[in-house]
Amino acid sequence: MEKLARAHVLVCGGTGCSSSGSKIIIPALREKLQAKGMEDEVRVVETGCHGLCEMGPLVIVYPEGVFYVRVKPEDVDEIVETHLVKGRTITRLLYREATTLETVPGYDKIAFYKKQKRYALANCGHINPESLEEYIGADGYEGLAKALDMTPEAVIEEIKASGLRGRGGGGFPTGLKWQFTRAASGDKKYVICNADEGDPGAFMDRSVLEGDPHRIIEGMAVCGYAIGSDEGYIYCRAEYPLAIKRLRNAIAQAREAGLLGEGILSGKFNFDLHIKEGAGAFVCGEETALMASIEGRRGMPRPRPPFPANSGLWGKPTNINNVETFANVPSIMRDGAGYFASQGTETSKGTKVFALTGKINNTGLAEVPMGITMREIIYEIGGGISDGRNFKAVQIGGPSGGCLPESLLDLPIDYESLTRAGAMMGSGGLVVMDETTCMVDVARYFLNFTQDESCGKCTPCREGTKRMLEILNRICEGMGKEEDIPLLENLAKSIKGASLCALGQTAPNPVLSTLSFFRDEYEAHIREHRCPAGACAALIGYTITDKCRGCGLCKKACPAGAISGETKNVHVIDKKTCVRCGECQAKCPFNAIDKS
Amino acid sequence: MEKKFADRDLACLTQLDEFLTSLEGEKGALIPVLQKAQDLFGYLPMEVLVYISRKIGVPISRVYGVVTFYSQFHLVPRGRNVIRSCQGTACHVRGASAVMREVRKCLELEGGAATTDNLRFTLESVACIGCCGLAPVMTVNGDTYGRLVPEKVGDILEQYR
Repeated sequence: MEKLARAHVLVCGGTGCSSSGSKIIIPALREKLQAKGMEDEVRVVETGCHGLCEMGPLVIVYPEGVFYVRVKPEDVDEIVETHLVKGRTITRLLYREATTLETVPGYDKIAFYKKQKRYALANCGHINPESLEEYIGADGYEGLAKALDMTPEAVIEEIKASGLRGRGGGGFPTGLKWQFTRAASGDKKYVICNADEGDPGAFMDRSVLEGDPHRIIEGMAVCGYAIGSDEGYIYCRAEYPLAIKRLRNAIAQAREAGLLGEGILSGKFNFDLHIKEGAGAFVCGEETALMASIEGRRGMPRPRPPFPANSGLWGKPTNINNVETFANVPSIMRDGAGYFASQGTETSKGTKVFALTGKINNTGLAEVPMGITMREIIYEIGGGISDGRNFKAVQIGGPSGGCLPESLLDLPIDYESLTRAGAMMGSGGLVVMDETTCMVDVARYFLNFTQDESCGKCTPCREGTKRMLEILNRICEGMGKEEDIPLLENLAKSIKGASLCALGQTAPNPVLSTLSFFRDEYEAHIREHRCPAGACAALIGYTITDKCRGCGLCKKACPAGAISGETKNVHVIDKKTCVRCGECQAKCPFNAIDKS
Repeated sequence: MEKKFADRDLACLTQLDEFLTSLEGEKGALIPVLQKAQDLFGYLPMEVLVYISRKIGVPISRVYGVVTFYSQFHLVPRGRNVIRSCQGTACHVRGASAVMREVRKCLELEGGAATTDNLRFTLESVACIGCCGLAPVMTVNGDTYGRLVPEKVGDILEQYR
């Protein structure tokens, strides 16, 4: 039995914070506490992600709940001496609201957290992810215990009643999926957790896996019981080594405690889990491709039907859900379907985790009820646009989604309204863009990605994305033709209609949505050879104005030797030699270089 | 067949054999075996692929198909230090391409080359490493560097030279 501590120092050990220095802070804190002889009084806990990645590394001191941000290793002494010994809050390390610049002492008072309803992320950042006891202390495995007392059919009814829909992008009702797999004939069935979170700009699944791995095990076990399966796989991308490590640890602990394996909770239910590491292929997020990959083959999708519920892994009935979907299951079972069903909108129940990134003040993860508007997420939780710039668009749903303009900021977010607007929920990545982001370049960026990740099995996706990318490249280089826009639209229609899997069927979305909301930018590129955002290198030029004092710094910085001029005289850029890298503008101390 | 392997490689092969024995009876083992082999050899030489193919009874054509399908597998030797420059959406809008250009400049990587001639560095791009809060990001041998600007790149790479 561990001694009770008078204070707990929670240090975020998520990937964001450990990259920005918490890896050094944790041992430094422990060392300092030991030197002061306080190691029994104060416990240092490495937690999972708190979600406010922008401000990392995060350190939270309990019982007060004081929230310190961007803590550096040199701050450790002060935290111990001033806060833990003398009991004084260190104001300079407190979080400051992006909008008001006021310092906020406590976790619950910060605008970023105030609007959130953390359900799937309830434990993330609050418990030690490597401890089974802490998970159980937070009511973990209670949902599984309750489920095992019910009939499998009743478990499925409960999930259906909650209104939970797949959080990986498709939005298919989870209970219905379970029911299909249960009804499928076959003595061997599988449960798969899709942890191949490939959408660039989405990292909620990683946070759950790293911060609360037992929740996924519990959710999968409930599913196994409901559909009549005794074996499951977690397919995790290899880019997430910490998630894999914590999962392995959690699985071993669960087996040890009789929560996985034979006769779970001393009953008759058997269930065990394996981890499969991905090998780097975006398309493996598609369910049939993922199963091919588990089977040791190339991860290529196959036509459906048959659906995995009837013929999945090794031809057996298989239920496949993503991480966030499974993360909601334990609490739904524990609390009953009522709470979950009371959140959100008519068709989209519960809460959803969004990853806020891009040109926004509070980058991080936010879990909010469905039906909230984009404006609330971006301005109230996200703290608005960074560097005082203006909002231009928000990209939602990764490479399958679309860009929404300011006029749609008040759109309530749910599966249907996003699809109607030409975007999609996807996994919930929100990338905010300001006036310096070129929308043609963004479309090109996504097409480049899908073209690269297309598995090549079906022609519309393999060839179509390539042709679309060629056209977008041409437009960004100022060589676009008038007929390019209709050609893009035509290609998009064919690719959407004729591709084998969702990767191809949704690949044109970024182009179509930018064409419908930001058509003028395409036209400016094509007709005027001008990039309104000043982002496409081929369409911009630099000129030195008469503010130049002739200091020569730009001349030195230019990698192409394109700048000439005598000291103390106005310099000149040779447009032909200039490679438009912007180095000169960055170096000029007098703001004398204009980009146009 | 075994004659082709040098002593150092033979030691790796012994370890690979142990791993294969531990997987006995497991279905769909090809990808984990290839991951292990790449861990041991640093990349996947053709003779190792032939060896694996015979050992687990999977045709070499299928082994090769799998190796070339997944971006994690490499058929040619890689540099001692592996730089992964994130090209995710968040990194892209916060200036990842300028960072990438700077890395290429510092390492004198011409054209599309990924590995320096002295095998000291390999540069790869990665779709998203999930540290979007720190964008733009790159990792060197698993150490993450965030909030990058081109000016920081030279100093970071210097530590690994």
